[in-house]
Amino acid sequence: MAQPQLQTSTVIPVKQQSTTAARWSAFYKKLAKNKAAMAGAIIVFIFIILAILAPYIAPYDPIHIEMSKKLQTPSAEHWLGTDDKGRDILSRLLFGSRISLTVGILSTILGAFVGIILGVVSGYYGRWVDSLIMRICDVLLAFPGILLALAIVSVLGASTTNVIIAVAFFAVPTFARIVRGSTLSVKKLEYIDAIKAMGANDMRIIFKHILPNIVSPIIVQATLYIASAIITASALSFLGMGTQPPTPEWGTMLSQGRSYIAQAPHLTLFPGLVILLVVIGFNLFGDGLRDALDPKSKK
Amino acid sequence: MFIYIIRRLLQTIPVMIGVTLAVFLMMHLIPGDPAQIMAGENANEAQVEQMRENLGLNDPLHEQYFRYVVNAVQGDLGTSVRTKRSVTDEIFNTRFWITVQLALVGTALAVVLGLIAGIISATKKYSFADVSIMIIALFGLSMPNFWLGIMLIYGFSVNLGWLPVAGWGTWKHMILPAITLGTGGAAIIARMTRSSMLEVINQDYIRTAYAKGVSDKLVIYKHALRNALIPVVTVVGLQFGGLLGGAVITETVFAVNGLGRLIIDSIRAHDFPMVQGTILVCAVLFVFVNFLVDITYRLINKRIDLN
Repeated sequence: MAQPQLQTSTVIPVKQQSTTAARWSAFYKKLAKNKAAMAGAIIVFIFIILAILAPYIAPYDPIHIEMSKKLQTPSAEHWLGTDDKGRDILSRLLFGSRISLTVGILSTILGAFVGIILGVVSGYYGRWVDSLIMRICDVLLAFPGILLALAIVSVLGASTTNVIIAVAFFAVPTFARIVRGSTLSVKKLEYIDAIKAMGANDMRIIFKHILPNIVSPIIVQATLYIASAIITASALSFLGMGTQPPTPEWGTMLSQGRSYIAQAPHLTLFPGLVILLVVIGFNLFGDGLRDALDPKSKK
Repeated sequence: MFIYIIRRLLQTIPVMIGVTLAVFLMMHLIPGDPAQIMAGENANEAQVEQMRENLGLNDPLHEQYFRYVVNAVQGDLGTSVRTKRSVTDEIFNTRFWITVQLALVGTALAVVLGLIAGIISATKKYSFADVSIMIIALFGLSMPNFWLGIMLIYGFSVNLGWLPVAGWGTWKHMILPAITLGTGGAAIIARMTRSSMLEVINQDYIRTAYAKGVSDKLVIYKHALRNALIPVVTVVGLQFGGLLGGAVITETVFAVNGLGRLIIDSIRAHDFPMVQGTILVCAVLFVFVNFLVDITYRLINKRIDLN
């Protein structure tokens, strides 16, 4: 699946603190005006709340098997019906949101963290360090689509933790490239030379002056990446390479429901709709962030 | 141009070395003894040792890697632990061609739908058609393709009975997998074409063309589209690679015996030589497609200085 790419031109070079505040204020105003982005933010917020409150609001135990109630269609008792083992689909979806969101967010944080370090080091130090890191990224990007994640899971074994590692690995080259490009453009600015001349060491320059200036493209990319991380993680579970049954996970639920598509399509319909909705939420919000942070954007 | 091609070809060498190294190391990074895992839980010590010997795991690592690369270059990707057949034969007899066929049909669908939708959207900016297309594109981009595949089976195979549920062989078998595979790509291409065309439409030379009295159609298709397509070429190339990876899921949903299904079956059976071989072939194909895309990009974009 293709990952949304971000142009490095979205870096906002900031020279003074007051300019920073003014730019962030303009950013918030621009974002608040973007209805689609706000809709995305609301969808994401609702899903996060539902995931947190799942143990309190889920009507049934998500792994409690009751064969006498299997494959029931939506009703007042079971709003979204029951699955092939009589488990309540709504409860499983609510608990599943905890896994899907955790995997999506944690793998993005992990991948972004490693990618940022590699990207900053690559862009700041340049020369052979840059070449080496970028060639490693080229190699990682040479594995099309989900194949890299699959290769990692095939080595480490199928589990939720390994899915987080695999999806994070998948994210590293994307973040490294973006951060490298942004670092290169900030590094060229005169004030970095001035700080160097004043005797600041590399760590100080990187952490105090470069990273704060490249944070916006990272945030945008991270938001958009969570969307693809949720799909990738669900796909791995769908293929039987991720979270294992009976743990409720959206991809696993889809995979199990597939066998009953003719007699009980709701088993696959609802988990898919939920994935679609949450991914749309992150995509809308990410697009909105990009538009609000892009100096070229006129809207 | 020739020098550029040679230089670009040379650039793929370190990537290919890295890819072979990563694929080779897969087996050595397995927690535990790979020979034991592949021989099975019930295998005795002699069988495990035989497996280790067959896989050459007793040799030093650098020797194993060197042998792996030399054999791979000669077309020998090892022997499948599960079927005892040559990995190369298993991949290239039919499966490789099925996946390539699927990826090509999926890409063609994505390009045709994406371009048409993108052009309509850009030329009728902020109209009902534009907004509708962009909403559909957002859905296409956000939809998990394994779910789309199942829903298509439910609609067109189970309910209407128009198309086969699974398998491969006739053009009817291709329709649903191609739609499943191509939808995400079509959405990306539509968005890319729209933004690329809008950027071109605002250029001075387009305004000049209109001022000279050139007709709308001529301006759009001769002046704007030609230039707007340049960045789209890169996206199309990337999509082909994405679809190659996406084929893993699509083939599983539609029970198509291509490379994707081979990888999944081999992972489940702990058949690592087969997993390594299949992933290596997909990666090499992707690197090759990217190489072709780069060349095409340079060929159509005359503004880039080849030197």
